Amino acid sequence: MIRLEARPAPSRLWSVLSPFVALAITVAVAAILFALLGKDPIQGLEIFLVKPWSGTRALTELGLKATPLILCAVGLGLAFRANVWNIGAEGQFLVGGILGGGLALAVTANQFPMNPWAFFPMLVIAGAVGGMIWAGIAALLRDRFNANEILVSLMLVYVADLLLSWLVFGPWKDPKGFNFPQTMNFAASTSVPRIIPGMRLHWGFLLALVAAVGMWIFTYRTYRGMQLLVGGPAPAAARYAGFSSRQALWSTFLISGALAGIAGALEVAGPMGQLTPHVSQGYGFAAIIVAFVGRLDPIGAVLASLVLATFSIGGELAQSRLGLPSAITGVFQGVLLLALLGCDTLIQYRPRRGAR
Amino acid sequence: MNEIALLVAATLAAGTPLALAGLGLLVNERAGVVNLGAEGMMAIAAVTGFAAAFLSGSDWVGFAAGAAAGAAAASIFGWLALWLYTNQYATGLALSLFGAGFSAFVGTGYVGKNLERTPVSGIPGLRDLPLLGPALFRQHAMVYLSIALMGAIAWFFYRTRAGLVLRSVGEAPESAHALGYPVRRIRMAAVLVGGALCGVSGAYLSIIYAPMWVEGMVAGRGWIALALTVFATWRPARVLLGAYLFGGVTMLQLHLQGQGVQVPLQFMSMLPYLSTIVVLVVISRDPLWIRLNMPASLGKTFHPGS
Amino acid sequence: MTAPRLRLAHVTKRFGAVTANDDVALTVQPGEIHALLGENGAGKSTLVKIVYGALRPDEGEIAWDGRPVTIRNPHEARALGIAMVFQHFSLFDSLSVAENVWLGMDGKVSLEEVARGIQAKAAEYGLDLDPARPVHVLSVGERQRVEIVRALLANPRLLILDEPTSVLTPQAVEKLFVTLRKLAATGCSILYISHKLDEIRALCTACTVLRGGRLVGTCDPARETTGSLSRMMIGAEPPVLVHRPPRPGQVALTVNELTLSRWDRYSVPIDRVSLEVREGEIVGIAGISGNGQQELLATLSGEDPRAQAGMVRLFGTPIGRKGPAARRKLGLHFVPEERLGRGAVPAFSLANNMLLTRREAIRAAGWIDRRFLGEQTQGIIGRFAVKASGPAAVAKSLSGGNLQKYIVGREIDAVPRVLVVAQPTWGVDVGASAQIRAELIALRDAGCAVLVVSEELEELFEISDRLHVIARGRLSPSIDTPRATVELVGEWMSGLWPGNAQAAEGAA
Repeated sequence: MIRLEARPAPSRLWSVLSPFVALAITVAVAAILFALLGKDPIQGLEIFLVKPWSGTRALTELGLKATPLILCAVGLGLAFRANVWNIGAEGQFLVGGILGGGLALAVTANQFPMNPWAFFPMLVIAGAVGGMIWAGIAALLRDRFNANEILVSLMLVYVADLLLSWLVFGPWKDPKGFNFPQTMNFAASTSVPRIIPGMRLHWGFLLALVAAVGMWIFTYRTYRGMQLLVGGPAPAAARYAGFSSRQALWSTFLISGALAGIAGALEVAGPMGQLTPHVSQGYGFAAIIVAFVGRLDPIGAVLASLVLATFSIGGELAQSRLGLPSAITGVFQGVLLLALLGCDTLIQYRPRRGAR
Repeated sequence: MNEIALLVAATLAAGTPLALAGLGLLVNERAGVVNLGAEGMMAIAAVTGFAAAFLSGSDWVGFAAGAAAGAAAASIFGWLALWLYTNQYATGLALSLFGAGFSAFVGTGYVGKNLERTPVSGIPGLRDLPLLGPALFRQHAMVYLSIALMGAIAWFFYRTRAGLVLRSVGEAPESAHALGYPVRRIRMAAVLVGGALCGVSGAYLSIIYAPMWVEGMVAGRGWIALALTVFATWRPARVLLGAYLFGGVTMLQLHLQGQGVQVPLQFMSMLPYLSTIVVLVVISRDPLWIRLNMPASLGKTFHPGS
Repeated sequence: MTAPRLRLAHVTKRFGAVTANDDVALTVQPGEIHALLGENGAGKSTLVKIVYGALRPDEGEIAWDGRPVTIRNPHEARALGIAMVFQHFSLFDSLSVAENVWLGMDGKVSLEEVARGIQAKAAEYGLDLDPARPVHVLSVGERQRVEIVRALLANPRLLILDEPTSVLTPQAVEKLFVTLRKLAATGCSILYISHKLDEIRALCTACTVLRGGRLVGTCDPARETTGSLSRMMIGAEPPVLVHRPPRPGQVALTVNELTLSRWDRYSVPIDRVSLEVREGEIVGIAGISGNGQQELLATLSGEDPRAQAGMVRLFGTPIGRKGPAARRKLGLHFVPEERLGRGAVPAFSLANNMLLTRREAIRAAGWIDRRFLGEQTQGIIGRFAVKASGPAAVAKSLSGGNLQKYIVGREIDAVPRVLVVAQPTWGVDVGASAQIRAELIALRDAGCAVLVVSEELEELFEISDRLHVIARGRLSPSIDTPRATVELVGEWMSGLWPGNAQAAEGAA
C-alpha cells in the first residue's frame, strides 16, 4: 500500500515541477480525448498547442488573450494567499467593463474631442473603480456581517451579468443597431493604443506585465506584502503578530477587484470596441485556474496565462478546423487545475510504501 | 385563489432541486467536508441525466444516470481532497470549473432536443381536492421524494449510531480517528452521497423543470444550495424550508412579470442572487451563532497517522 | 507462572529518516502498574500507539497472554481488551457524555444502556459524572473522567494512560491513583506513560525507560531514587539551575480588575483578575489547563483587545485596547504556547518569521532589507544554539525544542521590558528546557519583568519568584514561591484560596 508522508520541509523541486507534470497530464488527456472523438491526436495537439504559437499574428493574439488573464490572476493570487476567497473576479471584470465601456460610450455619443493616449489612463481608472466597487461590496459584507465572501462574490457575478444585460438590452442599446443587444461602436479616439500597427495586441498587455512585476515586488520585498502572506497559512500567527485581518480582506479584495476591473475595461475598449451581453469569455473564472497554476505567484501568473490563452485559442481553432465544440477548452482547463492540485500534494508529502 | 395555488405549486417545483442539492451538501458538510463543486456536479449530472432520459425514454433512468454522474464527479473531489490532502475550497472550485466546461462539451449534441413529456399524475385522491389539490398534490414524484429524504436524513443524523459517527467525524476527526473510525472512508461516503444528490438535483432541472439542456442552465443553483446549508445552520428541515423560500423568490419574479409589473426582466432575474446575499448577511451577522452550529472541522484537511 | 499480559519484542518504527522506536522491548504482567518513562521525544507515544493499533510497527512482535497477535486497528485492540485514555482527549465537544462513551464502544448496546453503565461504573469507582451533559461544559478533569469511564466500561485487561496527570491538581492525582490501584487489584494491567518521576515512584510497580527511541532498561521504581530515574531518563546528570534572589524594581505590568465575557462556548470568562509584575522578577501563574489561561494571555498580548483600556497597563500606560504590534512597540513581548501556526508560520523561513514580531529589517516605505534580516536571524540561531540549517530553514523543519529556542530567542533578543511566556518548555526535551529556563532567569536578572503561565508546577517552582493560581477565570492572591507548597498550590488550583466565593464549585 502506498501512503503519503509529510515532508519535513516543502519540496522546492516539486514546487517547480508540479505545474509541468499537470500540464503533461492535461496534454495526455487531450490526446486521448481527440482519439476517442475519432480525430488524429497528433494533428489535434498540433492545432491545439502549436498553432497558437506559430507566427507573429498568432503570438500577438496570444498576448491579447493573456492580458485579461494576467491582470485578473495577479490579483487573485494575492487574495488567495491571504486566505481571502474572491472568486467573483468575473463580476468585477464585467463591472469594470461596464464603467469603462460607459465612459467610452459617453465620449462617443457626445463626440468629445479625445486622444487615445489621454483616454487610456481614464479608461484604466474607470475599470479599476468599477472592479473595486463590485469587490468592495463583497469585502464590506464580509467585514461588517461576516457573510461568506465565496458565495457573495459569486452571486455578484450573476448580478453583474444581468446588469450588463439590462444595459445593452435597454438604456445603452444602439438606436441604429437593428434592435441587437449592443451599444454603438465606440469612437476610434477611445480605443486602446496598439503596440504593433495592424495587430490587435494593445498596450494593456504591457500594463499587465508591469502589474505582475509590481505585484512581485510588493509581495516579496515589502513588509505590507509579507503581512498579507501570513493570514492564509497561519491566521493565528497573523493575530499574534498583530497583522490586521480586516486590512488583508479589504486590501486584497480592492486590489484584485481593481485589476479585474481594469481587465474588463481594456477588453471592452480594446478588441471589442462596444458593449454586448458577452463581454467576458469567462476570463474571471479562467483566471482562478491561472492563479493556481501560476503558484499564486505574479510571475507564475504570467506564464500560466500564456498556457490558458493557448488553450483558449486552441479551442477556437479546434472548432473551426476539426469541428470540435470550442467548449473543449473548458474541459482542458478543468483537467489542468484538478491535475495541478493533485500534483501539488507532492510538494508537502512524499509517497511511501508500507503500513501506517 | 387559484392563482395562489399555482404559485405554491410552482414554488414547490422550483424549490425541489435546491432541496435535493442542499440536503446532499448537508450530508457532506456534517462529515466536515465542504464541496464547492456543487455547481459543476449539477451541470455534469444535468447533461448526463438529460442524455440518459432522452436515449432511454425514461425519467427514472435519467435520474439514476444523473445520480451516478454526480457521484462520479464527487469521487474526483473526494479522492483529491481526502486522500491527496488538497485544499477543499480550491478543489471544489476546480470541480465547478471543470463541470461547466465538461457539461458544455458533452452537451453540444443535445442542445435544442426535447423530451417527450407525460403529464404529471400527482397523488391519486388528493389531487382533486379543491385548492390543496392543485397547490400541493399535483407534483412530480421527485418533489415528494425530496421531502421524504429530508425526514430520512434527519432520522439518520439524530436517531442512528451511524449518523452519530458521521457527525462525530465532522466535529473532531482526530478523535474519531483515535477511536478507530475510518475517517477518510466515512467522509468519502458522505461526499459520494452529496454528489449523488446534487446529481439527482441536476437531472431534475434538465428532465423535469426545464425540461431541456442548455449550457449554463444550472445558473448558480449549486452555489445557492451551498448558501442554503449555512442558512439552515446545518439542520435538515431548515434546508427544505430554505429551498422553498428560494423557490418562492424565483417564482414570485415570474409571477410579477405575469402581472405586468413594470420592472426590467433583468432586475427580476437578479432576485434569487440578491436574496441569497441578503440571507447570508442576515444569518452570518452573529459569528458566534454560526460557530455554535457549524461542524467544527468543516473545510479542514484531515491527516491521519500523526 | 502465567504468561505476561503484553509482551513486545524488537519493535521498530520509522518515520522517514527518524526512527521513533528502535528495537524496543516491553513486558507487562497481569495486575501490574507498569510505567513507561522517557522524556519528550523518547518514543513513548509511538510505542503505545502501536499497542493500541493506531500505528503499525515496521518490525517486531507483539504477544498477548503469550499468544502472538497482530493489532491492525483500535477496534482489534479493544476486542483484545486494551483500552486507552488519550493525553489530548479523543472527545467530541458538541456531543453528550453518553454519546461520547457510546462512540468509543464496539458492539450492539443502546445509548440508554450506555448511560446506565456510565452511572454504575462512575459509582463503583467514586467518579462523579452525568451522562446527559454535553462535553463542552465539562472541565478538563471531568473530561478525563469521561475517557476513563469509557475505558473502564470495556472491562479492559490492559489500560493505557498517556500523561494523565498533566490536567489534574495534585489532589486529583491522588484520587486517580486510588482508582488505578483499585483497578489493578482486579487483575487489570496498567501501562502508565509519564515523565514525572515522583508519580511513577508513588504508583508504579515496574518501569521501562526509553531514551531517543531506544530501550534503556527496566527497573522497580520503588527501589530507585528520583535522581537515579532521572539519570536513566536523560542519560546524564539533571541540569542544575542557578537562581539568585530577585531584586524587583518598579511595577511594569498591571492588570486591574480584568473582566471579560466568554468568546465562544468553549472559552472561559475572566472574572476580576488583578496582578502586578515588577521589573526584575518572574511571576508564575499556575493552573489546570482550560481555566482561563488562554483568555488571559490573549488579553495581555493584545490578540484580544476587548478589555477596557485601563484594565491592562504597561508602566502606567493603559494598553487594554491596543493590538499586539502597538504593545510590542511599548516593550511588551509575548511567547505563545502554540509554536507552529501562532508563534511561527510553519512554511515560512526563520528569516521571514522574524518579521512577525521584529521590525528592525524594515526600511523606508516598508522595504524589507533581506541582508540585514538574514544576519539578524543568524544572530539568534547562534546566540540561542538553535539547531537549524540557517535563516532559510523553514520553521516546521525544526524540532519542537529548537523552534521554541528560536521563538523565545527572537523575543528575548528584542530586549523586551515585559515578557509574557506561555508554557515555555511544553513538549521540549530536558536540555532545551534547562536552556530556556536559564535564559528567562538571565532576562529577569537583566531587569525585565517576566510573567510565566504554565501547567507544569515543577517548572514554576523552579523559576518563578512569586506565584498566582488561576481557576475558573479567577486569579488567586500571589504567594512568594519559597513559602508555597505543592499541597497549597494544589488546593488553590481547585479555587480553594481564602476569600474566593466560588470555592465550593471546584475547578478540577
